[in-house]
Amino acid sequence: MADAGMLRFHVPEPEVRPGGTPDFSNVTIPKAGSVPRPEIDVDPRAIRDMAFSIIRVLNRAGEAVGPWAGLLSDEELLEGLRHMMTLRTFDARMQMAQRQGKTSFYMQHLGEEAVSCAFRKALQPGDMNFPTYRQAGLLIADGYPMVAMMNQIYSNEADPLKGRQLPVMYSSKEHGFFSISGNLATQYIQAVGWAMASAISNDSRIAAAWIGDGSTAESDFHAALVFASTYKAPVVLNVVNNQWAISTFQGIARGGSGTFAARGLGFGIPSLRVDGNDYLAVQAVAKWAVERARRNLGPTLVEYVTYRVGAHSTSDDPSAYRPKAESDAWPLGDPVIRLKNHLIHKGAWSEDRHTQAEAEILETVIAAQKEAESHGTLHAGGKPSTRDMFEGVYAEMPPHLRRQRQQAGV
Amino acid sequence: MPRRTMIEAIRDAMDVSMARDERVVVYGEDVGFFGGVFRATQGLQAKYGKSRCFDAPISESGIVGSAIGMAAYGLRPCVEVQFADYVYPAYDQIVSEAARLRYRSNGDFTCPIVVRMPTGGGIFGGQTHSQSPEALFTHVSGLKVIVPSNPHDAKGLLIAAIEDPHPVIFLEPKRLYNGPFDGHHDKPVTPWSKHELGEVADGHYTIPLGKAAIRRQGSAVSVLAYGTMVYVAQAAAEETGVDAEVIDLRTLLPLDLDTIVASVKKTGRCVVVHEATLTSGFGAELVSLVQENCFYHLEAPVARVAGWDTPYPHAQEWDYFPGPARVGRALLETLEA
Repeated sequence: MADAGMLRFHVPEPEVRPGGTPDFSNVTIPKAGSVPRPEIDVDPRAIRDMAFSIIRVLNRAGEAVGPWAGLLSDEELLEGLRHMMTLRTFDARMQMAQRQGKTSFYMQHLGEEAVSCAFRKALQPGDMNFPTYRQAGLLIADGYPMVAMMNQIYSNEADPLKGRQLPVMYSSKEHGFFSISGNLATQYIQAVGWAMASAISNDSRIAAAWIGDGSTAESDFHAALVFASTYKAPVVLNVVNNQWAISTFQGIARGGSGTFAARGLGFGIPSLRVDGNDYLAVQAVAKWAVERARRNLGPTLVEYVTYRVGAHSTSDDPSAYRPKAESDAWPLGDPVIRLKNHLIHKGAWSEDRHTQAEAEILETVIAAQKEAESHGTLHAGGKPSTRDMFEGVYAEMPPHLRRQRQQAGV
Repeated sequence: MPRRTMIEAIRDAMDVSMARDERVVVYGEDVGFFGGVFRATQGLQAKYGKSRCFDAPISESGIVGSAIGMAAYGLRPCVEVQFADYVYPAYDQIVSEAARLRYRSNGDFTCPIVVRMPTGGGIFGGQTHSQSPEALFTHVSGLKVIVPSNPHDAKGLLIAAIEDPHPVIFLEPKRLYNGPFDGHHDKPVTPWSKHELGEVADGHYTIPLGKAAIRRQGSAVSVLAYGTMVYVAQAAAEETGVDAEVIDLRTLLPLDLDTIVASVKKTGRCVVVHEATLTSGFGAELVSLVQENCFYHLEAPVARVAGWDTPYPHAQEWDYFPGPARVGRALLETLEA
């Protein structure tokens, strides 16, 4: 035992800062196809190793390999590719719209498209997601109209949320997309409650909870894991580890824990880690976890290993805290390119068709944008009424709010 | 009519609600098998089963957060926080989520939950078993805030709260659980069985949220009170001989301003009484509203009698608790002003 000297305070640091050479050599990437696929009623204790590995399907050659492969038809894969490309194009246009002053704020999904787009396809109608602000792929992949999303971002006269919410804080019960809150992690325990309610009601619907790596440090993350574990709630507990919480690298939230998936083990929750940039792997793992929930086998925690390629938001400049080229060095690559290469490898796609699809999608997004802008943007054109500001606090307006509305002259 | 304690009335309200509506679920710490540390949920698990009434982990944000998810699903959770002093870990869920869900989703999702919590002092509860945090909730748009003062009201208001489509904070003055209390700690306490408001009808009835009740008609001064302070105010009126009109607000948000204004315009004087600390307490809102709405009828400054701006002490219980002597002095001073 070492002599007890002065105590020293430990603060984790990322490997590299701006100006340095990106280095992910510390990230162990298992070979595609190397992680087994257990039965869904597996004893959680038997698969503890999976919380420290990464389930991957697509290899470097673009082949789908291993026990998690082979679940999706070419049509389904092409649809998935289209969803991811749509989300990316949507992001690019909205990012530009923010720079043009058409809205105050936007948050991109760049590099994380596979996670939400693929997960949505593992759910059934009636299931409920409790998303963060970076899962718009759930809406895109479920066919929610892009124009409605843009109306929300523009806070215009057709905004389904009447201009009350910050851009990207969508809500759609019909599409199984719970109202987004600015307060991090709050929705994680709410998802567990929703799932508990479904079980109490002897329903067959399940819930999906979403959280980022940074927000796992919030107390509601821990509350959610306790409740999910205690009541065996039919919920999939998703952790999107994109390595960054604004400027803070994931080690600050993760601490000495090997992985975020490992957090689930202490709660007796089966916990998997998956290549978040591998559409096929995300879908396969999502299906596995969703089926476990649906068969009343309880919650599953899934950590999606990915990388936040874009800035945190339109108010953020990542070059102040991480190397500019870090995303290029990310060993799990780009989800769109990887699925594209896989489909080309299968003979179901080509460079030409991809280029053509890019153009078609851009055209669709621009058309949606034109339609949305015909209803106004944040500072121009149609906008929600001031009366809308007073409505909806309660089902019926109480006297004090009526007085205030009159004072406001509406 | 049967007489019930406030605990029995609250239990009966949940029993009636659970029998009428299978969406009503009841849970919290020690709420299930054991029936609650104050016995408020005794027998409910045996009667309705573990999926309707159950024990929860010790996690207030977990309890309220899961209830919000349940409400979004379509259930009607009525959850318990063991003491109001322990609601703070759930404050984010209540303020940021429950209160705003309807507004931020434009009605796409709503949050019909009730969060019950024993509140108030006068029981040698010290710092963390005596607090009155109502002002932390009346400041939050989207919530309803209830403080009953007797078994009859407690049952009718709790059933109404469970049926209400909004998130309701239901503060139960634990000093009143077994009998009314007027602040005379040196006298024996009368049980609810000897009090007319201990008469609690069987079956279903509601008392509308947002309506005050006049407990003592009077012409000299209006006293605005709620919870335990209703009885303190009544005792102070009797003991000073001041013909005070005692208004039991019952619902703090939304407030029954009409009843308050009508009374103050009649009496021309007003004293506001609460157990909670003075500064930025709910009394400040009441005084402002009276001033704004009754200025030309006021013949004296509006007085406040409240807990001191200190944490709730243990040994100094009766120096802290605003008892009938302090309230009585305020009544006399307001009359003489």
